[in-house]
Amino acid sequence: MLGSKFDNPWFNFRLISGALIIGFIVFGSLLGRFAWNPELSVTTSSPLNLPPYGFVNLRKQEGVLEHPLGTDNSGRDMLAVLIVGTPRTLSIGLIAAGAGMLIGGLLGFSSGFIGGRWDDFVRVFADSTITIPALAVLIVIQSLFRVDIYTMAVLIALFSWPGPTRYIRAQVLTMRESGYVKMARISGVPTFDIMFKEMMPNLIPYLVASFIGNTAGAILFAIGLQVLGLGSTRLPTLGITIYYAIESAALLRGMWWWWGLPTLVLAVIFIGLLLVNLGLDEVCNPRLRKAD
Amino acid sequence: MGGLTLNYLIRRIFVFFLTILIASTVIFIIPRLAPGDPIQSMIARISEQAGYVENSDKIIAGWREKFGLNDPFHIQYFRYLKNLVVFDFGVSLANFPVSVGTIIKRSLPWTIGLMTISLALYFIIGNLFGALLSWRKTPFFAKGLIASSMIFTSLPAILAALMLVYLFAFNYDVFPLTGSFERGLEQEWSWDFISSVLYHGFLPALSIVLVSFGYFAIGMRGMMVTIEGDDYMIFGQAKGLKPFYLLLRYQVRNALLPQMTALALSLGVIVSGQVLVEAVFSYRGLGSVILQAILDLDYTVIQGTSFILIMITALAVLFIDLLYPLIDPRISLSR
Repeated sequence: MLGSKFDNPWFNFRLISGALIIGFIVFGSLLGRFAWNPELSVTTSSPLNLPPYGFVNLRKQEGVLEHPLGTDNSGRDMLAVLIVGTPRTLSIGLIAAGAGMLIGGLLGFSSGFIGGRWDDFVRVFADSTITIPALAVLIVIQSLFRVDIYTMAVLIALFSWPGPTRYIRAQVLTMRESGYVKMARISGVPTFDIMFKEMMPNLIPYLVASFIGNTAGAILFAIGLQVLGLGSTRLPTLGITIYYAIESAALLRGMWWWWGLPTLVLAVIFIGLLLVNLGLDEVCNPRLRKAD
Repeated sequence: MGGLTLNYLIRRIFVFFLTILIASTVIFIIPRLAPGDPIQSMIARISEQAGYVENSDKIIAGWREKFGLNDPFHIQYFRYLKNLVVFDFGVSLANFPVSVGTIIKRSLPWTIGLMTISLALYFIIGNLFGALLSWRKTPFFAKGLIASSMIFTSLPAILAALMLVYLFAFNYDVFPLTGSFERGLEQEWSWDFISSVLYHGFLPALSIVLVSFGYFAIGMRGMMVTIEGDDYMIFGQAKGLKPFYLLLRYQVRNALLPQMTALALSLGVIVSGQVLVEAVFSYRGLGSVILQAILDLDYTVIQGTSFILIMITALAVLFIDLLYPLIDPRISLSR
């Protein structure tokens, strides 16, 4: 893309386009609050079952500009639902991924660096947890207690630490044997400084990559729970909206905007996250860069 | 016997049991950490649906007694584990007196079938596409096609399922909307039945494969690119080996091993997705059972079904792990 002299691995096409997509969604939904009335996401605030502007529903009603993306069958304005629901869905992902990262980072870093018994313990524990289909466990818990989205995020985090743990541990193990760390050790740099001043900066792309992957995973579980009707139904999220749509047979009633628009927003979010992750892969693995 | 040593075997089986122990312990502990009484909230929920539950105090006291909720914590825990070990999940609350085991037995083959077929498909397609993506001889347009088919990668399977249902079952009516075979057909080994099962299973399997194969394609491409620079590849080229032979026997053969590990690690997430796909398609597997149980507030069924899901995933992972040393003769993992 740029001249080889300025070849900065962070300026790769995938990373930038993915970041732009995510940025667009985040700022769009945050700024949307000011451009559009979020109160319209409440039931009975709008007429029922209207299609998006320029389309006709099965009852031959035309979409109106007051509700450009249509309305659902309880009178919620879809645009307002998307504006209110998207940040909530994203925040579940971010909280769960953040908590998972924190645990994973600590465990992975320490087990790679310290080794021995602790390493064995962490490895077996992570290997065992990573294969649990978290959704099954979360379904049982949520069916007993309908929790709010933040508690849900914390519960999801219980299953999102093994990925980063394994990933970071592997990187630390490689790094520990590398020249500059050995050099630092021989020179008598304190262990704490080696960990945080020497190794941490090199770990950043890996940390970000596993954070992004975890965010996607956490949103995935949250959506799954909500679509099964196991989320807090008090406030709209994208998943809850899809749940309502399926419940009310929106598919059969031809109300594609009801389930389709939240699905589309989610798809764009996931594609953006995937692109960011692929871009970070290129940052981490120089051989991948040359392959294009 | 390749490198399958006793030590490795014991280690893997230990991880298998630990997986199940962790999952069931989390299921046991979290509801008890939460404020409030599970039975009370259960009653509250049931009465929310049914209006008013008469003598709910007595019901609560009776259930507390019956489920031994007055016993000390650790006794409850061990009783719970014992019941899991002997697969005793009690009876269904909604379909009294059918036992949870019976309901699970009915739907388990469907889930395992869908899981196995889609697993084979996404693993093979993913690795094939990943290998082709990095191969120099692959035509440019084929690379473009493969890359653009990966747009669904990492999307939740349920979203893919919704889109496929809308497109092919609702809009174009090419595939059936729900179910796993034609209504009224006898469940037997007849051509009619099998073709109906395949026909009904196509969209559910497709939605799982669509969102999963890209993950393996990306991993495969990464491995291939890494291997390409290795000395033995250059040596193979210098020997004048055919490019295709080099691709399959030198590159893919070596890249496949980490892919097996990736498969084992990702199975939990993919099975979670399958549960939802089954629910969308009203497929007769465990996913639909769970969905119905959630609607019926049938807690024993939810718990039993979830446990079986955790169990079969753990078994599948164990199987893959045991396969690994047989495929890779270098690794004896005997430490």
